[in-house]
Amino acid sequence: MANLNSLTISEARDKLKSKEISSLELTNSCLSAIDEADALGAFVHKTPELAIEQAKRADEWLKKENAPDLCGIPLGIKDLFCTKGVESQAASRILENFKPEYESTVSQNLLNNGTVMLGKLNMDEFAMGSSNETSIYGNAINPWKIDDRGLTPGGSSGGSATAVAADLCLAATGTDTGGSIRQPAAFTGIVGVKPTYGRCSRWGVIAFASSLDQAGPMTKTVRDGAIMLEAMAGNDPKDSTSANIEVPKFEAMLNGDIKGKRIGIPKEYRLDGMPSEIEKLWSDGTEMLRQAGAKIENISLPHTKYALPAYYVIAPAEASSNLARYDGVRYGRRAALSSGDGINEMYEKTRAEGFGPEVKRRVMIGTYVLSAGFYDAYYNRARRVRALIKKDFDEVFADGIDAILTPTTPSAAFGLGEMSDADPVQMYLNDVFTVTVNLAGLPGVSIPAGVDKAGLPLGLQVIGRPWEEGDMLNIAYSLEQSAGLSAKPSKWW
Amino acid sequence: MSIDEDTAAKVAKLARIQVESQDLVGLAKEFNDILGFIEQLNEVDVEGIEPMTSVTPQKLIRRSDNITDGDKQTSVLKNAPLSREGFYAVPKVVE
Repeated sequence: MANLNSLTISEARDKLKSKEISSLELTNSCLSAIDEADALGAFVHKTPELAIEQAKRADEWLKKENAPDLCGIPLGIKDLFCTKGVESQAASRILENFKPEYESTVSQNLLNNGTVMLGKLNMDEFAMGSSNETSIYGNAINPWKIDDRGLTPGGSSGGSATAVAADLCLAATGTDTGGSIRQPAAFTGIVGVKPTYGRCSRWGVIAFASSLDQAGPMTKTVRDGAIMLEAMAGNDPKDSTSANIEVPKFEAMLNGDIKGKRIGIPKEYRLDGMPSEIEKLWSDGTEMLRQAGAKIENISLPHTKYALPAYYVIAPAEASSNLARYDGVRYGRRAALSSGDGINEMYEKTRAEGFGPEVKRRVMIGTYVLSAGFYDAYYNRARRVRALIKKDFDEVFADGIDAILTPTTPSAAFGLGEMSDADPVQMYLNDVFTVTVNLAGLPGVSIPAGVDKAGLPLGLQVIGRPWEEGDMLNIAYSLEQSAGLSAKPSKWW
Repeated sequence: MSIDEDTAAKVAKLARIQVESQDLVGLAKEFNDILGFIEQLNEVDVEGIEPMTSVTPQKLIRRSDNITDGDKQTSVLKNAPLSREGFYAVPKVVE
């Protein structure tokens, strides 16, 4: 039998319930895989003692009849989630040694389902980045390798993507503000689900841009994504934007039957100079859905090109406000002060040494677009454009389109350091296909759908109607079955 | 709109982030790159469109105005860089 750590959630669930394996065996298998994989930079705070204790407790629960599907499943948790008594620092120096006194709702929901936490996962600092290169912990590295170069796993949930793709855990949590679950999922050949805004509670998730942030699962299969999303989701009075809508049984909705579903192909996503491999991936995916009985329709989302610029006003504006709390007073790092330094010097020095360059850049851009005289020209204009972007989607859904198919990213994973000389805008273009979904609050899922010439994974994105994650996942499931990819990165670490 | 060094310094001050004077030129350039990208928004006709406040139509839910939590001084101060006698401690603010 293959190593237990390479199981999917659904396979492990069946083996745990039939007592073929124990959670402790499964957890130990992941812990060994993690210890052999320091070169990947995925796990930045390991919690083996906690994991073993939780696995033993899960094994007790599994002896009873009522154990949930996720009982005994070992997971990795993105460093952005506050986990009680365990370092939670958003990959930032400013939250050095911060150990929350509370547990985020999403990670608590998972624990209530009997999951095991293996540790915290690398990410871009405060989730700001698309390559995991802004992390205070150093890079996470993509387990896929084609030459001497280390490739990025994408970002911001780069550690989560690496950990799942390299079988260090069965699945991981991620968060997605502009593509931070879906882009790394595409770069590492795994499944990443960004739910409808309001589906998962944001309470206890370190805030980046509150109107865009959503937590979601990163898994090996669509089925696993459905199982895990069901456990993570749910109404939470502690998050005023959490929706009071019942969470459907997502897994039960995966029957692969998509006959008659109307799938929109948006013409605005066909970018000038799009690599032919991405073009082919997209048309192959379209053909697979057609073969499965879906009706393919050309649609138009006319404001697509303005999504990234609108995002780069709105997200930094919200970030500048959210990150104002890091002042060196209540938690995290405080800079050493010189004699005579007052409270302002304390703030300024603390934030200068606590934040990395990308975070500072975005906080300052956000400060600028919100400042007197520019608020209307930048911030309000961006929010009006955002309304138009959402209206584009509302209209195609009102016309009866069930879901939209696009590529997830404009390229396969690139080499670490390759973008370091480019201006910041070049890096932002990674999110060109994903960011519209956050602005419109929609659900989106990336699934591995092909490989490029060099053999690197490429992802397709299915965008669903609001609150229709089940239907969206079923379409993704059909696509996953048709694509039939089973390649895994070969172990070099 | 072009950002000069003085504007960059002003923004850094507003954001309470210390920036060394030799770094202001580079910072101003980065701002200009990003703002140049953002300028595209001026092409869009937004006449009569309200700025979006929430992607979901739901109203913000109000909880009842009751005390539901508290008495957690130790917990609250646990992660403070400096605390004294049950308070956060900061440099002198008032002379």
